[in-house]
Amino acid sequence: MKKCHITFQLNGRTCEVLVDPNQTLLSMLREDLSLTGTKYGCGEGDCGACTVLLDDEPVNSCLILAAQVDGHKLTTIEGLADGDKLHPLQTSFIDKGAIQCGFCTPGMILSAKALLDEEPNPCELDIRTAISGNLCRCTGYQKIVEAVKAVADDCQGEN
Amino acid sequence: MPKKKFDVLNSRAPRVDAAIKATGKAQYADDLSRTGQLYGAILQSPLAHARILSIDTGKAERLPGVKAVITAKDVGLTKYGVSPARYDETLFAHDKVRYVGDEIAAVAAVDPATAQAALDLIKVEYEELPAVLTIDEALADKAPQLHDDYPGNISAEVHQEFGDVAAAFKECDFIHTHKLVNKRQDGGFIEPHSCVAEYDHDGRLTLYTSTQVSHYVQRTVAMVTGIPIGRVRVVRPCVGGGFGPKCEATPLELSACFLAIKTGSPVKITYSREQVFLHSRARHQFYHEMTTGFKKDGTIMALAHSCRLDGGAYSSFGIATVYYAGSLLGAPYRLPNMKYDGMRVYTNKPACGAQRGHGGVAARACFEQQLDIIAEELKIDPIELRMMNMMETGDTTCNALDMSSLGMKECVNAVKKGSKWQKKKGKLPDGKGIGMACGFFVSGAGYPIYRSDTFHSTAEIKVAEDGGTVILRSGIAEIGQGANTMVAMIAAETLGIPLADVRVDSGDTDYSVDLGAYSSRQTLMSGHATKDAAENVKAQILAVVADKLKMDVKNLDIRNGFVKVKGRKKLDFAKFRDYYRKEHRGWPNMPDGAELSFTEAARMAFLKKGTIVGTGKYKPPILGGKFKGAAVGTSPAYGGSAQVVEVTVDRQTGRITVDDMTDAHDCGLAINKTMVEGQMQGSLSMGLGEALFEEVKFDEKGHLMTPSLGEYRIATALDMPNIDTLIIESGEPNGPFGAKEVGEGAIMPTIPAILNAVYDATGVRITELPLTPERVLLALKEAEAEKNA
Repeated sequence: MKKCHITFQLNGRTCEVLVDPNQTLLSMLREDLSLTGTKYGCGEGDCGACTVLLDDEPVNSCLILAAQVDGHKLTTIEGLADGDKLHPLQTSFIDKGAIQCGFCTPGMILSAKALLDEEPNPCELDIRTAISGNLCRCTGYQKIVEAVKAVADDCQGEN
Repeated sequence: MPKKKFDVLNSRAPRVDAAIKATGKAQYADDLSRTGQLYGAILQSPLAHARILSIDTGKAERLPGVKAVITAKDVGLTKYGVSPARYDETLFAHDKVRYVGDEIAAVAAVDPATAQAALDLIKVEYEELPAVLTIDEALADKAPQLHDDYPGNISAEVHQEFGDVAAAFKECDFIHTHKLVNKRQDGGFIEPHSCVAEYDHDGRLTLYTSTQVSHYVQRTVAMVTGIPIGRVRVVRPCVGGGFGPKCEATPLELSACFLAIKTGSPVKITYSREQVFLHSRARHQFYHEMTTGFKKDGTIMALAHSCRLDGGAYSSFGIATVYYAGSLLGAPYRLPNMKYDGMRVYTNKPACGAQRGHGGVAARACFEQQLDIIAEELKIDPIELRMMNMMETGDTTCNALDMSSLGMKECVNAVKKGSKWQKKKGKLPDGKGIGMACGFFVSGAGYPIYRSDTFHSTAEIKVAEDGGTVILRSGIAEIGQGANTMVAMIAAETLGIPLADVRVDSGDTDYSVDLGAYSSRQTLMSGHATKDAAENVKAQILAVVADKLKMDVKNLDIRNGFVKVKGRKKLDFAKFRDYYRKEHRGWPNMPDGAELSFTEAARMAFLKKGTIVGTGKYKPPILGGKFKGAAVGTSPAYGGSAQVVEVTVDRQTGRITVDDMTDAHDCGLAINKTMVEGQMQGSLSMGLGEALFEEVKFDEKGHLMTPSLGEYRIATALDMPNIDTLIIESGEPNGPFGAKEVGEGAIMPTIPAILNAVYDATGVRITELPLTPERVLLALKEAEAEKNA
């Protein structure tokens, strides 16, 4: 199979990869780039564990072909912290006990980030709707919602 | 028990593994890769029941990129399973297949696509046999038989009677019978099973796997491969949830091991989501019938209970399940007479096993509805009726379970107040309802799954030679519930050092024996072993300090990272501090306070004795009665919970919305309050899912109809209300620092509380789960028609 040469922005840096035309974005991230923070949970867009941000929008990377990100901007969980400084959502998830097994966490945090970037002052229903495509079997979602809310409240405080 | 002051415990310390999980650095089994790694795939039966006439792997073996193909011929026919008395599985089917998904062969290839392509080239000739897909079909005369060794398709049968139920019924003023049936549930963990196996030139096998019990996997792998157990090492990386179905060795793990042995290369296999459903080992379908006798003052006198379980093709944990389904009704209410007839039946479907609230969830759902029915009959408030019959600390059940601590009354009072029950019960408008229920659960199974006097947990604590880090090594299973954090906190509290100074390495069978994450056992059992190991280390260090500084060791203690002296005497350690500073010239963070630090004390001990290592162990005392099956349900302690749920039922659509949940759980002592709440909230979401929409379905040929998380729906963020979580701490005398379970007991009241709330909202009792809009609407229509008839 002839490989496709793609160039895109990955976590703030230019990235060039040769991918199979039928290869999913999830497979490229995990297998070609060893970015295993993006998880395989179902491979069919149901669970959201593979959520990444494509041009700042949350997408299921198992449903997108790697070739489709050519020329676009991609953010994975590995790109969220600024060096040693964690993203406020990461800190909040840690502090509020929003993480148990952690398998849904990367996708959950990225969906929450997309929401807060778009709407810094979301109501609880906004938060629950934004993460409704990210399944979590451990937490019952309550502490996740609290963690996102706490970051939103902090943003309000700063403004 | 008066509450002690703690330095580390009973806090809201962040989990020790939270940062790696928040940053995507946490490594789960499928994230691992080894040099030269091959990819495995498993051929599974397309038929529910068929004789295997021939298997031809020739074409698959010749496909470029394929490194090995294995069938029963290669791996042998060693029978394995969970309970040694019911070893009824072989890794690969050889004579016949027993469900759609039964494993027939496995391949290893250079990439996943080649491995999949090879599966398509394996030719299997079948002679299709009639299948039994329901309990009734399986028990019918002349029904097709699944296993020659278990005639009549009966996997297990239980008959127990405590007290005299028939005599008690004669003394009763009312006797009520009703039924409940749930549906087969799936674990629904987000991480599919995955593993990597490697085999070295010295004949040592290492398996990295997503498991809840490294120890059981190690034993099964050793037995089935024939490799001595000392040469089998099982390592558990981060695990993305388990909830029961990851408790036993899987065909995935065994296949990877055999393929690694055959090829000499590391082999990784990961289940697809469909394969997770096919492997199953999750919640059974239970058919309960209960007859309860009681007096007009509300005293419960007797319960006659029968239950049939649709077990699927193999036993898995099902022998324990069928016992639990009866024994877990022994408490928390005083029930002097109880009769139980249970039967687990083989059917041509994936095997069911253990899932959160093992065996007890559907039974509890049925019984707690009975209590509400009785309360209504007697015109007593359902909470009142429960309180009248509630056990207390020190009570023993009719089936010999010892309630060494039981904060049930406190739980009930807490949810009554927290939910504003009295303002709401009987006062809500039509379509809105409030319901309550209680539950209890073991805090660790009293006996291991194989008969043995083994310790249930051992632990090892090593102090780094500079004293700065304490390394806890244990076989425990951190599967998301926070086990690593729990043992780290117990080690820190016991040693008297900050939590940040403890590092946990866990899940490796090289470190210790621990029976892992099931039956809600780790806080009590692994917590005890950890405490024991930490006390040992502390005693070793303090003995050296006492000797060196000429003190009586009885007057020394360690707290918050410093050696404390009782009484007025001061420690004279100036000479030693000088020595320590010289030893560490140029190092940052040199100790300089007025107190001798733990670091210095540990260094003192190292210089005297070499590396300081302490070990700890725990096993429960002999528990329970003498009758057959008495072991199942025994535990050194029991957790309890009470719950109030409020619902809205849309009479037009049958749709149920859960508006509010108030949950109280007696966990003895909350080692970590945030984590206890997390277990409660997670339990409730799993219970809500089972009550409202979760159902694994099959077609008439035994094919799975719900092979995805789209067709099999678990609760999303939009389904869950916020839960008022109330922690009750009764102080368990048999638990480390008074702690006991929370992981499973919290799910017990959820389904019946929802069912009782739906009745309160509509006046209609629904006895089949899940409460889908269709089922609710039909029930409402039937009730309406009956009223008008």
